[in-house]
Amino acid sequence: MNEQATLPLPATGPANGEAPRVDHLLVAEMVEHGSRVLDIGCGDGDLLQLLESRGVDGRGLEISREGVNRSVAKGLAVIQGDADTDLASYPDDSFDYVILSQTLQATRQPRVVLEHMLRIGRRAIVSFPNFGHWKMRLQLMIKGQMPRTDRLPATWYDTANIHFCTIKDFVQLCDEINVRMERAVALDPYGRPLRFNAPWWFWNLFGEQAVFLLGRGEAGAHK
Amino acid sequence: MSELAGITSGDGGREREVDHPSSLVATFGPDEPLRLDCGVDLAPFQIAYQAYGSLNSERSNAVLVCHALTGDQHVANIHPVTGKPGWWETMIGPGRPIDTERYFVICANVIGGCMGSSGPASTNPSTGQPWGLDFPVVTIPDMVRAQAMLLDRLGIDTLLCVAGGSMGGMQVLQWAAAYPERVFAALPVATGPRHSAQNIAFDEVGRQAVMADPDWRGGRYFAEGTHPRRGLAVARMAAHITYLSDAALHRKFGRRMQDRELPTFSFDADFQVESYLRHQGSSFVERFDANSYLYLTRAMDYFDMAADHGTLAKAFLGTRTRFCVVSFTSDWLFPTPESQAVVRALNAGGARVSFAEIETDKGHDAFLLDVPEFLDIARAFIDSAAVARCLGAGHTTS
Repeated sequence: MNEQATLPLPATGPANGEAPRVDHLLVAEMVEHGSRVLDIGCGDGDLLQLLESRGVDGRGLEISREGVNRSVAKGLAVIQGDADTDLASYPDDSFDYVILSQTLQATRQPRVVLEHMLRIGRRAIVSFPNFGHWKMRLQLMIKGQMPRTDRLPATWYDTANIHFCTIKDFVQLCDEINVRMERAVALDPYGRPLRFNAPWWFWNLFGEQAVFLLGRGEAGAHK
Repeated sequence: MSELAGITSGDGGREREVDHPSSLVATFGPDEPLRLDCGVDLAPFQIAYQAYGSLNSERSNAVLVCHALTGDQHVANIHPVTGKPGWWETMIGPGRPIDTERYFVICANVIGGCMGSSGPASTNPSTGQPWGLDFPVVTIPDMVRAQAMLLDRLGIDTLLCVAGGSMGGMQVLQWAAAYPERVFAALPVATGPRHSAQNIAFDEVGRQAVMADPDWRGGRYFAEGTHPRRGLAVARMAAHITYLSDAALHRKFGRRMQDRELPTFSFDADFQVESYLRHQGSSFVERFDANSYLYLTRAMDYFDMAADHGTLAKAFLGTRTRFCVVSFTSDWLFPTPESQAVVRALNAGGARVSFAEIETDKGHDAFLLDVPEFLDIARAFIDSAAVARCLGAGHTTS
């Protein structure tokens, strides 16, 4: 690890003084101190800033110009780019962790993105809203319309989220592409983790979002 | 025609600056030659530079600014020839992003320039006459090598930051590639890792304009008491268009007429944009040497980091320098993909790199103008580098 690059940045936590988001704290807990992290879809850089305040050497990729500029203005190392096209240019094993926070559902090819993440990084951390949550199911069943929530207020025709999935769907994808699940946490609408030993169907029904720590599968498909 | 035709005012200020600049000067004797890429050892030679702020006792707060094609060392003071403010006062000065109250800021006139560093307008010590085309052809790496010799002379080992736009940005990239251990942070703006075919083409138009002027006299205009003013002015006019954008020209001038309501049915400057360009051309020749223009455009044309290193990624392999690359949406001289190529190469090597594309209609020249989003990013980048550097010092002593 290069000494210069691991130095923490001055600011700690979000610049606006608000407490860090629960899912961000959860992600930050999964990352070992002193590791190299790529945050894909880093937005305004809040998570990266939280990570760097904890001694992580962080890099960001963000598609929106505004997000990039706000991140760079925080002193973060963030570049403008698109997860669907730009991950291919990152070399193998260049990061300890590659994070995709609330962005999986906005990619054109979630499976390809996930495969790239575990090629570039030894581990991947993915968080996403669970479309299998009972409120979603209820809206579709009762109203017969695409669900909209406080956290996902966009209509079907103007949302950036084109590949929603449920926790069950995601687990299935991980199995298909030989990804090892090292840790999984589902959060209720208040950001509280659901019982660890609850069955998958319970998480899929009551988890509003999920955070997964993933590793490369044993069969060596990803080295 | 009046403005171009009427250029007669004296070149006294410009000519004086060539050998005896209103700047600090470092002279290098016959025993300290500058080894040029063309194979020539240039000696003796001199470098004219400006310095602002003060160097701290650890010598860790030095920032080197690299100037663009027609810039010079006068980044943040009144220009001795034109009487105008420094060319980067939006960026450099007390309380500015490159804060002269915190950093020791150095800017040197490039080798091949005409504001006091050795160049084709300087006196050739072996003849006592201006070098003219006898001056060896210089490259961007040569400019950087000369700056490194200046820093050695000043006793500055490591730079907190090297910053510059356009040709200055090329020098920033070259600094990071040639002296990675001496550059803590690099801020290349509106630049690229090579000059594109289109840019070489524009440069060639400018050079041909200069050389087609009968007053150029094969580059020996000093001896003959002429200066290819019209040729150099036309070169500047053509180049100036590439520094702007269609939208910026439209916003500033549109099709508006200059001091008249109707066309004159002549080739007078009917349109404001014509008048503006003629003014740009005529004021440029008052402060710039025509041969210098040939040499410096040539240096940009020859710049190709990928060719020099095999691949662009190899140029930056293993670098510990932190980078902030900035481009502008309306810059068609160094469009965003040129910057992205640098960013991809840096990423491939795991460098700590930020990249921002700033939305503006001001074209290539945006890096010189008051573009708050750009200045905010530059400030944040330099501030964070300064903090990291201080912490770094603390870590090694603890």
